[in-house]
Amino acid sequence: MKLPIRVILTAVIASVTLAACASKTKPVPVATDNGTQTTTTTTPPSNTGTYSVGDLDTDSCLRQRIVYFDFDKTDIKSQFQAAIGCHAKYLRQFPGARVTLEGNADERGTREYNLGLGERRGNAVSGALGSGGASASQLNTVSYGEERPVCKEHSEDCWQKNRRVEIVYTAKQ
Amino acid sequence: MTTETFARFAMACLLACCGSAAVAQGLNSDVPTIDIKNGTATATPIAVVPFGLESGTPPPQTDVADVIRADLNRCGQFRALAKNDIVEFPTRGEEIKFPTWNMLKQAYIVVGREVQGTGGDVRVEFELFDVARQQRLQGLSISGQASDLRGVAHQIADLIYEKIIGVRGAFWTRIAYVTAKGTGTNVAYALMVADSDGYNPQTVVNSRQPLMSPAWSPDGRKIAYVSFERGNSSIYIQEIATGSREVVSANKGINGAPAFSPDGTKLALALSNGINPDIYVMDLATRHTTQITKHFAIDTEPVWTPDGQKLVFTSDRSGKAQLYEAPAAGGDATRITFSGESNARASISYDGKKIAMAQGNGNVYRIAVLDRATGETKAISTGGLDESPSFAPNASMILYAATEGPRGVLFAVSADGRVSQRLVLADGDVREPAWSPYRQRGQ
Repeated sequence: MKLPIRVILTAVIASVTLAACASKTKPVPVATDNGTQTTTTTTPPSNTGTYSVGDLDTDSCLRQRIVYFDFDKTDIKSQFQAAIGCHAKYLRQFPGARVTLEGNADERGTREYNLGLGERRGNAVSGALGSGGASASQLNTVSYGEERPVCKEHSEDCWQKNRRVEIVYTAKQ
Repeated sequence: MTTETFARFAMACLLACCGSAAVAQGLNSDVPTIDIKNGTATATPIAVVPFGLESGTPPPQTDVADVIRADLNRCGQFRALAKNDIVEFPTRGEEIKFPTWNMLKQAYIVVGREVQGTGGDVRVEFELFDVARQQRLQGLSISGQASDLRGVAHQIADLIYEKIIGVRGAFWTRIAYVTAKGTGTNVAYALMVADSDGYNPQTVVNSRQPLMSPAWSPDGRKIAYVSFERGNSSIYIQEIATGSREVVSANKGINGAPAFSPDGTKLALALSNGINPDIYVMDLATRHTTQITKHFAIDTEPVWTPDGQKLVFTSDRSGKAQLYEAPAAGGDATRITFSGESNARASISYDGKKIAMAQGNGNVYRIAVLDRATGETKAISTGGLDESPSFAPNASMILYAATEGPRGVLFAVSADGRVSQRLVLADGDVREPAWSPYRQRGQ
């Protein structure tokens, strides 16, 4: 349980900051003119293209593993459809791959109600992955409600980071 | 945050957790703050004179009169004369000079003394007088371990409360709550039990995964709670004295919001089976569950009415969370809250007449009390993110969780909202208080 979360956290941080040290293997670090490094992004997969397992760490689309939600809402916003499409495609391609969809809510509303809300969000992402071709046996939803905030301030800036579903790979292939 | 600062941050968290591991998790042992918010014009003045010591009794570590005074103050129905304003020190009824206490405008006076008993026992004798009538209302003694003088003092406060108010006192009770220390993925959770005033905290269970929703059994010996230690929410029932516990519900999806029936034979709970939560009732002897609600909405947080006939629960079937009531054997649900944008997490008073709940209006969440006879709702807290109300077993006070900056703290507020006491954890986050039932001696 613990390891995948840590892996994901690292991936999230890496994707946010484009830190050079995050991925050692596939992506070729490219020096930019200001001396910092950035990672290359693979071409977004076409319908005929295929993923490799390593793409989970390197492909910019597959590295998007957090879906954010509006307050008390569970519908998936359009900007996350592409990433969900990529994960669905990957899951379709690797039937042995498994993901847990960790649903989370912000602190507003009661804790048990937020467990329900987190599950709805997890199920929304699970449903979208299923529609994209992932099989039910590859998908597992766990709701943490408001118990696992990434941010603890009482403001919308913080709340919007907590209203999320994290796509956690528990098996990559 | 860069990876490097994250690593530093993680290390700091790790060190903070290791450092605090040796420190007992619990409420601050400092004297809790009592904040009398809106005056206590109707509170009854009472003098609790420092108790005497019979010769041969070693000086106690606990000032019994101090504990009694604090108890009576925080319930909101009494205003205890400050220790510094006490000028005479009778320890027996015949030593009381009533004109002095009349001049100090005291309605009642309590005097007492401690006598050493056999073994480690102490017997505390006390007398309660009506000052105006110069009449003895009560003269009793309570015995207890010398190490548990606070418990003896709470029992005396309960007897005084009952004699004057006519309702059993609830100071000699306990509270359960959840603490969380640390941040990110490195959080140490604990389910704690303490005296109702926050003293004597004890750890019931530690976990690296979230703990939620403690609920007392009606005999006060067990606590049901939600733990994520199996990777998903599961419901445990644990015996407090022995620590022995068992998982009673670990289905796919949500296993949440346990609540013992008043007779202790059943557990109401919320189960989602991976779809969405509905209310169920589990027979604890057979573990057989009966589905009570079946709705695409989120139905959760069931609590029993005192007669055990109905369940009040939270549902967002009307769009926002509101409270509903349904027969505990199954049947149609009726909405019972209509003021406020949202209402959730009910706590019902022992007589069934009042329901405390977390009421949301915009981004402001406060504790409100619904009077079921009049249908009126009144806010009794003033915070911005107040939640998890829990009535004392005599409904004189309500415990709830509030936030102060990034951490959670507990408040005990008088049922009318006028007097509130803040119970502070030394560090970390305190949440989800649950007030125990009345205690039985030997427990």
